[in-house]
Amino acid sequence: MAMATHHQPKRCRFSPAAPPPPLASLADELIFLVLDHVAAADPRALKSFALASRACHAAESRHRRILRPLRANYLPAALARYPSASSLDLSLCPRVTDATLTAVSGSAAPSLRAVDLSRSRGFGAAGLAALAAACPDLADLDLSNGVDLGDTSAAEVARMRRLQRLSLLRCKAVTDMGLGCVAVGCPDLRELSLKWCLAITDLGVQLLALKCKKLRTLDLSYTMITKECFASIMKLPDLQVLALVGCVEIDDDALGSLEKVCNKSLQALDISNCQNATDEGVSSVVKSIPNLLELNLSYCCPVTPSMVSSFRSIAKLRTLKLEGCKFMADGLKGIGMSCVSVKELSLSKCSGVTDTELSFVVSRLKSLLKLDITCCRDITDVSLAAITSSCTSLISLKMESCSRVTSGGLQLIGKRCSHLEELDLTDNDLDDEGLKALARCSKLSSLKIGICLRISDEGLSHIGKYCPELRDIDLYRSGGISDDGVTQIAQGCPMLESINMSYCTGITDHSLMSLSRCAKLNTLEIRGCPRVSSSGISEIAGGCRLLSKLDIKKCFEINDMGMLYLSQFSHSLRQHMWLAEHDHCTFSGYYA
Amino acid sequence: MSSCSSPWSTMDGNQNDICGQSANLTSNPLYYQFGLDNPLFGMGIQQPFPPSTSPFGASSSTNIPHMDWKPAMMLDNLTFIEEKIRQVKDVIRSMVDNGGQLPGRTGDIVQQQQAVNADLTCLIVQLISTAGSLLPSLKNSSFLSHPPAGHMDMANHVGSSSSMVPYTTISEENNEVMCSPEDYDELFKGLTDGTVEGGIEIDNVLVEEQDTKDGDEGGDAGMDGENLLPGSYELLQLEKDEILAPHTHFCSICGKGFKRDANLRMHMRGHGDEYKSPAALAKPPRDASTEHAMVKRYSCPFVGCKRNKLHKNFQPLKTILCMKNHYKRSHCEKSYTCSQCHTKKFSVLADLKTHEKHCGHVKWLCSCGTSFSRKDKLFAHVALFQGHTPALPSEESKVSDQVGRVGSHQEPAKLTSSMGSFMWDNSSGDDTVLDIKGLDSCGDDFLSTANFGSFNFSFGPLDEIKGNPSEGSFAMLPSEHFQSVREKGEN
Repeated sequence: MAMATHHQPKRCRFSPAAPPPPLASLADELIFLVLDHVAAADPRALKSFALASRACHAAESRHRRILRPLRANYLPAALARYPSASSLDLSLCPRVTDATLTAVSGSAAPSLRAVDLSRSRGFGAAGLAALAAACPDLADLDLSNGVDLGDTSAAEVARMRRLQRLSLLRCKAVTDMGLGCVAVGCPDLRELSLKWCLAITDLGVQLLALKCKKLRTLDLSYTMITKECFASIMKLPDLQVLALVGCVEIDDDALGSLEKVCNKSLQALDISNCQNATDEGVSSVVKSIPNLLELNLSYCCPVTPSMVSSFRSIAKLRTLKLEGCKFMADGLKGIGMSCVSVKELSLSKCSGVTDTELSFVVSRLKSLLKLDITCCRDITDVSLAAITSSCTSLISLKMESCSRVTSGGLQLIGKRCSHLEELDLTDNDLDDEGLKALARCSKLSSLKIGICLRISDEGLSHIGKYCPELRDIDLYRSGGISDDGVTQIAQGCPMLESINMSYCTGITDHSLMSLSRCAKLNTLEIRGCPRVSSSGISEIAGGCRLLSKLDIKKCFEINDMGMLYLSQFSHSLRQHMWLAEHDHCTFSGYYA
Repeated sequence: MSSCSSPWSTMDGNQNDICGQSANLTSNPLYYQFGLDNPLFGMGIQQPFPPSTSPFGASSSTNIPHMDWKPAMMLDNLTFIEEKIRQVKDVIRSMVDNGGQLPGRTGDIVQQQQAVNADLTCLIVQLISTAGSLLPSLKNSSFLSHPPAGHMDMANHVGSSSSMVPYTTISEENNEVMCSPEDYDELFKGLTDGTVEGGIEIDNVLVEEQDTKDGDEGGDAGMDGENLLPGSYELLQLEKDEILAPHTHFCSICGKGFKRDANLRMHMRGHGDEYKSPAALAKPPRDASTEHAMVKRYSCPFVGCKRNKLHKNFQPLKTILCMKNHYKRSHCEKSYTCSQCHTKKFSVLADLKTHEKHCGHVKWLCSCGTSFSRKDKLFAHVALFQGHTPALPSEESKVSDQVGRVGSHQEPAKLTSSMGSFMWDNSSGDDTVLDIKGLDSCGDDFLSTANFGSFNFSFGPLDEIKGNPSEGSFAMLPSEHFQSVREKGEN
């Protein structure tokens, strides 16, 4: 973007007497439609378009809605160039000062609706005041991680009267006073996150519940709220999503205090990690929220038959997450009896999941779409047979580290669940036969087969041939694969966005060369692949312009040459993990 | 000794009579005072002290020789009283005459009425102190120990008619000690204002009283923590003057008044060696007999008040102190004004002192300018009113606060210079309402430091600061200073 602004005047000088471009006769709406289409196919195309001519540049300027500057000091220029930008994402600017924000208001951006300051620090109340004055229509403000922001900042936020979405995540210095200002000042708030706001108490939340009646999403995770304000939160008429993760003060007493409150709007409740809540509290709270669709009880309480039977009152329940829970006798069976409408069930890391109970549950939950049985180490092929035979419409199955399931059982997945889109078989006894069976899942988009030591290029070639939708593949430490398999994947899966080949020691530059044809690739992890060199990286840098995450730690053959290519082409690169092991390289050129 | 003159009337027996009379008396203060005066005069002259009361208890075994209570002084006092009465009579007579001639000059009449009232009050005080001088002298009189039985019976219903010792004698039939010393003690403790010397016990009672006041007034009698049936307790009602009397204990020799009997005993030591004996100085022992006595409850003399026995939802007051404070709070002028805010007024000194402890400590502000000492009260206020929002105390006010405090005693120059920058820094960003409010509160604080001495009875302002350096605001300075620096950094 910044580059574009710099290059523009030069280009104009080349064609001073050119005939008026046909673009001028096109309506903006049509151009925008075209640009949208082009951008969807290749985000970099817009830049090329803008560089084509002055008219194109102007059209592109009018078209852009989202600004994501790399440096905060480009901000005024960017705002001047894109007057119709509605969203300003400063997440790439770690330091945004009050002066920067004042400059934003100086360049007058009344069209701005959303500002993201979640990863920026260095600004305070004065900057927010300038922002509030400059953007009267601001509806979305993300101040996450603003550990320096205090009540004065919150009071400035309260002046943005049309704010609908606000995140104060980890704003630990904001107290009830600041929250009270926001509650009174922003009556239209729909979505608010107060996660980790440790200084707020019941008083502030009660006032919030009283003043912001339009709240739909409220995140109070890891706050110190107690029973006092729980009832007033539950009385919010439009509340749909409530997160109370890790609220230690929310105990059975609080959950049970909703005797007469009945919230018909609440659809999702997350009380995971609430250490003091037990099955009794959960049983009593679900009676007050009859329309619940999503319930997360991860790491919360043991699953008892009585608690599960109380789920009958939330007949519409679609998602039930029970990660890390301990199942009491017949607890799991009760889920099969009470929660027949569940479409998404997570039992990852649960203890007490046995073949008989799991088989019973899946036989009752015919409409299950997503199942997570990660680290259920007791289950065997029996469970897998039951899952694959009764839940044939599964689109997501995660079963990392189910070590007692054999390759024969894993073959059943491919044979019976052909609708699968997401499959996690990390650390399983998968072999090429299993991969061959998985080739039937033509919609597969995410496949994680890390630490599957028995797979080889032959199996991968099946995936490459028959799974064209694949976007994400994880081959972490699957040592049996080499360049041939990766090439098959790269050729057969043009949509590939992410590939992890860490510690696949057979990988060489050839793999990267073939992967460079996947234009959408944004994540490449080749940590600990010693045979990859700078030439491979240069291929990637040239072909995968969208690359934003690259892990080349312990790739000792990569040196400055590769970095130069990366610095030249990969402007999207955000995260790179290499430094510790790369003492012999100097990356001075990268930031040039 | 008619029930009319009795300041202590019981519910038993001639209840209707008393009620009717008290209603009459209180509704017409002028008449009431005259009505009250006449029997008192008669009593004061002919029989200065009723035989039914004994302040220190007849059981006292001390052999203090019969004290001469100086009839000459007594006579002087009485002559003075007579003289005074004559003056008042003259004034009133002239009022009667003038009232016929110049009905339009109401201002003068009001003034005269006030003058008469003042005179009458003076009279009553004089009478009380005169009669009070009799108290110690009576303790050795033999007839006190054996009061006439008939009188005792009457005392059961009517109580003592003594106006200067407003305290009931509820005697058991065979009890020779008519009034238990314990009862007496408690009573007098209750009667003392209790605010200047403010004992712990009295404070507690005060708090209790305030709590009940805060509580639901519409509740039943159970709100006092008990549910006594009417008739299961003895109901007493003091008259206005007894409630408002500043002193309840009087020296028999010099006539000086005291609020507490212990103070009187201490005072008596100056009058002779006979008062220095351990027995004379000892607190009169508690008498077991009173513990079996009926529970006492009190009625407010103000007709129409919920605490008045004529009210249909009558709720009795638990102690005499409760009654005194209730009467002052509800039916008296609020004469104590807070010297810091100049707005809050109180009729009970203790209330003023409680308020002054917190006045100026405004921590929780609303955008409307209202300030609260408690956060939950602020949030309740904000919740109640549309558009009101919690207002942050601007740093400027904090800073000037410090400047004000520091400036009032030591080394202002260094700190003010360093804080000037905060003020400058702040004034750019902050808002008008807040700033004005902040300056106001700053002014209050300044005043509070300067005026503090006027309410501290033992220390002048300088003493206060030097005496308690750790408690003063000065000690808080470094941390506040640090905080403001930090907050400045935040901005």
